[in-house]
Parts: sequence; structure tokens; C-alpha cells
Amino acid sequence: MSLKLKDIFLDPLIKNNPISVQVLGICSALAVTTRMSTALVMSIALTLVTALSSFTISLIRNHIPSSVRIIVQLTIIASLVIIADQILKATVYDLSKQLSVFVGLIITNCIVMGRAEAFAMQRGPVESLVDGISNGLGYSMFLMSVAFIRELLGSGQVFGTTVLPTVNNGGWYVPNGLMVLAPGAFFAIGFIIWGLRTWKPELKEQD
Amino acid sequence: MSRKQGAAYTLGFSALVCLVCSVFVSFSNVSLKERQELNRQVDKQKNVLVAAGLATSDEKLSSEEIVARFQSIVPVAVALRDPNQPKGEERKPGSGAVLSDVDATAVDMVAAMQDENASLREPANKAGILRVPYVGVVYQVMEGDRVARLVLPISGKGLWSTMYGFMAIAADTTTIKGVSFYDHGETAGLGGEIENPSWTARWHDRRLFDDAWQPIFAVRKGATGSVAEDPHGVDGLSGATLTSNGVTESVRFWVGEYGYGPYLKAFREGGR
Repeated sequence: MSLKLKDIFLDPLIKNNPISVQVLGICSALAVTTRMSTALVMSIALTLVTALSSFTISLIRNHIPSSVRIIVQLTIIASLVIIADQILKATVYDLSKQLSVFVGLIITNCIVMGRAEAFAMQRGPVESLVDGISNGLGYSMFLMSVAFIRELLGSGQVFGTTVLPTVNNGGWYVPNGLMVLAPGAFFAIGFIIWGLRTWKPELKEQD
Repeated sequence: MSRKQGAAYTLGFSALVCLVCSVFVSFSNVSLKERQELNRQVDKQKNVLVAAGLATSDEKLSSEEIVARFQSIVPVAVALRDPNQPKGEERKPGSGAVLSDVDATAVDMVAAMQDENASLREPANKAGILRVPYVGVVYQVMEGDRVARLVLPISGKGLWSTMYGFMAIAADTTTIKGVSFYDHGETAGLGGEIENPSWTARWHDRRLFDDAWQPIFAVRKGATGSVAEDPHGVDGLSGATLTSNGVTESVRFWVGEYGYGPYLKAFREGGR
């Protein structure tokens, strides 16, 4: 049962990536990836929330009555999300406006709950903190890749800087409208998962 | 988890967790509230400046600079509805009178539209506006003693969301001088292009009213050409017909009889 911290940290990045392998947290991956800047803020917020909630839950895991453990976990996660949302509104107001409800919806993100219930309830606080951070980073890596594809093809920009000048602004690139809509994210996610599983066949599920 | 867990323990534990969490949440809320409020104000003021042509949308402005540029802008409160009108009676256009006893900087139209005590229910309309505040704001952009431009807040339903923006018009009350949307939830890249400065630039010098002072401004499908070719139409956003229609209806509502129409009429006739 004793996993090394290094493995706990490295596993969720590729081998057990929460989005590409476990296919969790897809909803927010669709919603916030039209721009890289919003995806980055979302990634940071989710990583912090997962890390801190796993840590906190792990600290009190031996005292949580098992009959109400999910509710206790949710209370802690929800509080952290509200605090994250408040901080975003106070610091990066423009981006928080674009993220609107999706920060609040971190509460329902299966990754946060999943790590709390599956990992933090059984392990010590340090391991749980590392696990939370690395799952957050695994999510972030994936989110940023999807956002990169969608922003580049959909708006011809990377982090808001024009790379492919679009026709609307007097350039030559005709942006792919599909990429700015939610289905575009499905395609991007599908292609990335396909690519990852071709590269690492051991990621495939057993039939 | 071998501990014996009675109902009392469970209840006590849950109460403790809730208490601790609520302390953290309240603390963050109270300590950050001031900055959030400031951000919201600054964002709104910046958009007034953008609409008035005193700033560009991608310009990074500190709050001091925004306050400095706001010096030439005088907000005035305008009567949009009669607060004494009995409930259930048919809607009447507001008097459009300038309310000199109301502090216009304190008027929050967006909040008022959701407050039953500060706004009146609006019958079904194409702009999707549910309530109209008793008191509206007009930002007068001064050049010396003369009002050079008027900035009107506009809002209305797009495809997914209510869009909020500001529109600047010249002192003739019909020539558009700028527009800026600051809050909406339209699809990024399609309807979301209402924020695009190269699109809003096309509004310049188009006109809101026809000769009989009926609002006929429209966002049209297809290219509309120069101002001389189509003085009342702006090229629509491709892939965003419903958003474009929403923009048309919102603009027409707010400059029309049941929006700022009476104020604009008084302004162009009385010069005030």
C-alpha cells in the first residue's frame, strides 16, 4: 500500500491522467477552454482546491463519521471553492467574469470529490497534498493543451496574442468556428486521447 | 474509523465542520468585498470611457487614470418610470426629466432591474427586458460648458444571456459615436464578437433615428457598406444572428419611447 511520493506525484500526470485516462472533469474542460487565459486561471483554481481539500480531509479523516463523510467532504470543498471564487473576483476581475459560473462548478468536478474519497480518506496529509497537486496538474496540462488547440484554430491566437491574423481583423486566416463551440472541445479531447493511447498503448482499457 | 460513532458525535462533528468552514468563507467574503466592489466600479467606468471614445478597450488603465479621465464626465439621473404609478396599470413612458435631487453616481441600474422596489415590470418586449428601473443614468461627456456626447447604458437579451453595454451618441441624439459591451454570456468567437473593437468601430456615425424620430437602427445580415450607403445599419456578426437581433432590439428599446426617448427628445429640443 505504501506508494512512494514520487509515484504519487508522477502517476496522475500521464499514466493516470484524470481527464485523458479516467475521463473525469470533462464538463469544465469543455466550458473554459476557448481561451488559454481562462483555462490557466481555472487550472490554478482547481489545483489549489484539490490540493487543499485533499490535505484538509486527510487531516481529519480519522474523525469523520463514515455516515456523513461525503457531506463533510463537500462542505470543505465548497468552502474552498467559494474562497477561490472570491479571491479571483478581487484580483483578476476580467478573467473571473469570463469564468463566471465555472469556478463555482469546481464543487461538482468529479476530480476533487474523487481524490478526496478515493485517496485522502485513506492516506496521510502529506501524501494527500501531493496527490491533490499532481491531479490538479494533470488536469491543468490537459486543459491547457485543449485550450491551445481551440484558441489557435478558433481565434488564431495564443494567450490573446495573435498568431494567425484572422480575416475579421484584416488578416488571411479564416477561423474555425467549430473550435470556439463546445463540440470543438469534444473533437480536441478525442484527438488528444487518441494520440496519447497510440503513444502509450498500456493506457487502453481492457475490453 | 474504528471509533464508536453515535448520532450525537455525528451531529456535533458536522456542526463543527460547518462552523469552521463558515468562518473561513465569511472572512474571505468580508475582507475581499471592498476590492471586488472597486473592481466592478472600475470595470463599469472603463466601459463608459471606451464608449465615449476616451479609452480603448485593450488599454490597461489603473483606477487613478480612470478616475482622472472621468473628470469630464457628468452622470445625471433620469426618470424612466413614475415610481408613484399604481401597480397593474398599463405602462407609461417616463417623463425623461433630469432628477437633480438624485445622486447619479449612486444609481445602479443593473441592481435596480432586479429589485421590485426600484423598478417596474415591463410587458413582453423584443429586447427581453423584464423590468425597467425608475431611475436611469446618462453620462454627459462635457467639452468645456457644452455637452459633447451622451453615454447611455443599454441592455437586453442576446442568444444566451443578458448583454450589458454603453452607447455614446453625439449631441444631436442620433449619431452613434461608440459602443461597448461589458458583460454578456454570448458564445465566444461568434456572439461574443460584440466585444470586438473592429466590429464596434463600424457603429461610428451611423444614425439611430429616421426623420420622424423613430428608432430604426439595426444590425443587419450581410455587409452594409459605408455610412453614406446605409446610415442606419451595421454589418451583422456571422454565425450570431440571434445575438445581432438582440443587439438591434436592445438599442431600439433604450433609445425608444419607453427607454431614454423622452429624455433625448427634451435634450435635443431644450439643449439640456
